[in-house]
Amino acid sequence: MSVLLEIKGLTKTFGGLVAVKDFSLTLEPGALTGLIGPNGAGKTTVFNLITGMITPSSGSIVFAGRPVVGLKPYQIYRLGIGRTFQNIRLFKGLSVLDNVRVAYHHRGNAGLFDAIIRTRRFYSEEKMITEKARELLSILGLETREKDMAQNLPYGEQRRLEIARALIAEPKILLLDEPAAGMNPAEVGRMMDLILFIQDRFKLTILLIEHQMKVVMGICRWVVVMDFGELIAQGVPTEVQNNPKVIEAYLGKSGG
Amino acid sequence: MTYFLQQLINGLQLGFVYALIALGYTMVYGIVRLINFAHGDVFMVGAYLGFFALASWRLPLPVAIIIAMVGCAALGVFIERVAYKPLRRAPRISSLITAIGVSLFLEYFTSLKFVFGPYFRAYPRPFAIRTYNLNGVTVSNIQIIVFGVAILLMVALTLFVNRTKTGMAMRAVSFDRDAAALMGINVDNIISVTFGIGAALAGAGGVLYGIAYPQINPFMGIMPGLKAFVAAVLGGIGIIPGAMLGAVIMGIVEKLTEVYISSTLRDAAAFAILIFVLLVRPTGIMGKREQEKV
Amino acid sequence: MAAGNKLRVDIGTVALLIVLGLFAVLGFLIVSGVINPYVHTILCYAGIVVISALGLNLIYGYTGQFSLGHAAFYGIGGYTAALVTRSIAAQGWWVLPLGLLAGALTAGAIALLIGLPILRLKSDYLGIATLGFGMIINVLFKNSDKLIKAMGGAAGMRGIERLTTFPWVFIFCLGAVIVLRNLVFSGVGRALISIREDELAAEAVGVNATSYKTLGFVIGCMFAGVAGGLYAHLYTYLNPDNFDFLKSIDVLLIVVIGGLGSISGTIIAGAGWAFLLEGLRVILPSAVQEWRMVVYPLVLIVIMLFRSNGIMGGSEFNFLKPQEYRRR
Repeated sequence: MSVLLEIKGLTKTFGGLVAVKDFSLTLEPGALTGLIGPNGAGKTTVFNLITGMITPSSGSIVFAGRPVVGLKPYQIYRLGIGRTFQNIRLFKGLSVLDNVRVAYHHRGNAGLFDAIIRTRRFYSEEKMITEKARELLSILGLETREKDMAQNLPYGEQRRLEIARALIAEPKILLLDEPAAGMNPAEVGRMMDLILFIQDRFKLTILLIEHQMKVVMGICRWVVVMDFGELIAQGVPTEVQNNPKVIEAYLGKSGG
Repeated sequence: MTYFLQQLINGLQLGFVYALIALGYTMVYGIVRLINFAHGDVFMVGAYLGFFALASWRLPLPVAIIIAMVGCAALGVFIERVAYKPLRRAPRISSLITAIGVSLFLEYFTSLKFVFGPYFRAYPRPFAIRTYNLNGVTVSNIQIIVFGVAILLMVALTLFVNRTKTGMAMRAVSFDRDAAALMGINVDNIISVTFGIGAALAGAGGVLYGIAYPQINPFMGIMPGLKAFVAAVLGGIGIIPGAMLGAVIMGIVEKLTEVYISSTLRDAAAFAILIFVLLVRPTGIMGKREQEKV
Repeated sequence: MAAGNKLRVDIGTVALLIVLGLFAVLGFLIVSGVINPYVHTILCYAGIVVISALGLNLIYGYTGQFSLGHAAFYGIGGYTAALVTRSIAAQGWWVLPLGLLAGALTAGAIALLIGLPILRLKSDYLGIATLGFGMIINVLFKNSDKLIKAMGGAAGMRGIERLTTFPWVFIFCLGAVIVLRNLVFSGVGRALISIREDELAAEAVGVNATSYKTLGFVIGCMFAGVAGGLYAHLYTYLNPDNFDFLKSIDVLLIVVIGGLGSISGTIIAGAGWAFLLEGLRVILPSAVQEWRMVVYPLVLIVIMLFRSNGIMGGSEFNFLKPQEYRRR
């Protein structure tokens, strides 16, 4: 399978508003592609379409040879596409460890009765899930925070926790929605290193929405540009940077 | 056919009374996202205020209605300031529980002997009943008064909300409380005004209910309150015309079920319709589709 | 509770022993007559209330599904259990549990049927829909004699055998606490809580929200069914007026006052509520009996104004938590 994710002619209208129009994209294994565009261009909508949170009006999305349109979000996650959210959606009332453990629950075999009666299978499953979660937290530098409530973490750690949560089920594709938002330059640098690191460590294919050009230019190997729901340009970062249509799209509005 | 029209009119009368209550629910929910459980009991207080105005002080009906409206408005504002305002930043469920507490308190406190007393009272009718016959359908002057007063108040409310500055401020606060505050709107006052107006309408509704179905007791607000609330949700909670529509539907369905099917099933029918509507249009008939922003 | 392979005497086991000891003491006091039948009934009622409230806590406190129809399932459990025990000619200790099982299963089945379409609704709307469902069930109870004569319709069902005793209530209450506690401190529990916290994000990390919401709802309603069955065989009489939305609100009050998502809170609030209402009946001289229901809501309002997150506010006594969650 040379192409991991293939999106063709994706369109989504909400009432009279066309949010995404005829969007196409391919992701090959190991890609690190940036999705950029002015605010309201439809980037997060594309993420929502890929992950099944909204259904497209038309078009197809094929993941590892398998059409995924119409599947529910939890099914798509289990197939191997993980994501983070623009506004960080952690489970505030759960601890750091539990936030990650929840995402691995579906891999276990212990069911309701095992939990209630506390069978041996329950304990071994809990052990397995907990070890895996701890390992991941450790890789992401969060092991000391294990028992803390997710809402008490500082911003940067919350972002890392969200990434950990998306990673635990060993997805093949990771969709990152503005991972560096709200960060100072030093933190942005660390986030860039982290993204490269996890891509290598977990053999991920990454699609990333970002507004910070430093990130896009710094780590993306391919860039796709959207405006008003349509794909207006794509190419290697330096090409796209100098593309007149792209410049117009950004400067024509708020100035990027 | 005339029988059906007759019942339709009866249902409409009931619906209009429900509407006066439902408006208070919908406006309060719209502005602070609170299900004001105590609202039905404010309606009850209005009925009693009207009762005392008519029976003890022998005042004419319009004056009684005004007294009920003013008294209930004061009560509504008082309750808001004392019980709900402190909890505005707390989880919503806390305000709901407090509202339930206020409701129970109003019911049981007023049923104490030195207040209203737990017994049923017969509502005085300050004038003789006259009926008019239109093609076989009987309409009483009581019904005409109910329709007239209710319509008058609903029109006044709509004009107020859409044409005055305060009304516009109310709508602003329902959309985005913090932004409204930043625009210089005194949010506390607007919230109080909303509670006050809603309570006043319920008070008027109480008096009208009293003269239409002339038996009152301290627990009379529970069922009409519940039904009016359901009506508000049916029409689209937070939407004023929706509350009126929902209430009229509730009244008519209730009456028709009572006479054509069975009186014991009449409550169930209205709720069944509600569930059905919610499954088809989860935000009510006139409700806006709420898209969750991801 | 043993953790892993090591048998340790930990605080959880100690607590359990204390509870069993308490049971023995109370049981003795009842049997020897020190505790009179009236207090015995109140003790039983407190336990029943706790079981029902634990069910609603699972549905609302842990899974975040706002249900205002809990009393309907309480009633379904009560009537079903009563009908089953009535139709069993034999005597034996097993009659009551069998009735309770029937009650729980019926409540659960109906919860499943109504849950599938209704749990799609969001928060406040779900509350209204469940409230409406509760009203419909209430009306059905009032008309029940047209279908099953024994159910008595609006006059209520009489002549139920008084099978509920303190040991039974204790066993089921303890069982309910253990089941709920084991459930919430597990992967299933975490999935339920994640739905409460953020249903969309839960779906995004592999949690089948529809499935789990329904699961939580069904189990919670089964708890209500058991509680209803115990209630029926305690007061020996079932009146449809006892299963209306006001009763659903009572349970909601208890769960919120105790603290959403806290088993300890529900136990304290449930028992406290039962004792408060009865205690007021005893304390207040008969001349001012009517003030009982005036004081009660004032207590509610004051608690909400001062502890808006409930008495326990979502936290749990250490002995209920598994080892890893305990704060040192």
